[in-house]
Amino acid sequence: MSAMILWWSITLAQVLLAAAMLATLYRLIVGPRAQDRVLSLDSMYVVAMLLLVTFGMRVGTVIYFEVALLIGLLGFVGTVALAKFLMRGEVIE
Amino acid sequence: MNFDDVPLWIAILVSAVVLIGAALTFIGALGLVRSESFYQRIHMPTLGTSFGAIGILLGSAVLSSFAEGRFIAHEVLIFVFVSVTTPVTLMLLARAALHRDRVEGSKEVPSALVKPSDQ
Repeated sequence: MSAMILWWSITLAQVLLAAAMLATLYRLIVGPRAQDRVLSLDSMYVVAMLLLVTFGMRVGTVIYFEVALLIGLLGFVGTVALAKFLMRGEVIE
Repeated sequence: MNFDDVPLWIAILVSAVVLIGAALTFIGALGLVRSESFYQRIHMPTLGTSFGAIGILLGSAVLSSFAEGRFIAHEVLIFVFVSVTTPVTLMLLARAALHRDRVEGSKEVPSALVKPSDQ
């Protein structure tokens, strides 16, 4: 009984997260400006991280969790570099 | 993982928390699509990084703790990193966008608040 409840709820959560990823992908493609695309990329890595956590809940291994931890640690570096690029026109001055 | 050993109330609790987190993340992404200007859009991903992440990571921690039979809270690490870095990145991005919009003289720049002493 509890296995069935967990299976269905995790599946539904994954469907919702995939829909959220599609929404961020729409904003990534449509734009209209560079900062909108950077913002949608930023929210897309957060959604991907949460999706990996739900995959880890389903399978029960630590590998997915470690990948999610890496994304959480290093994902913001890309956004900071792109914001710096939008501000100044170069990343490292 | 064998979910049959998990007690029923834990299963219901984890399901509710995970679904609430996923739904909040989805609402945030939907707001990213629907909002009009960039300065409204920049508020939307924080819904996923605050309570969306809390919901899903709490569900994962509780479920793995009860499936393994010991207390596991690795997920706190992810939440700490995400909640610390998100305001910094979004503030940098907002300042870059503000700089670009001001240089171009765009109409999208939000107007400054009128102080009560100026009226």
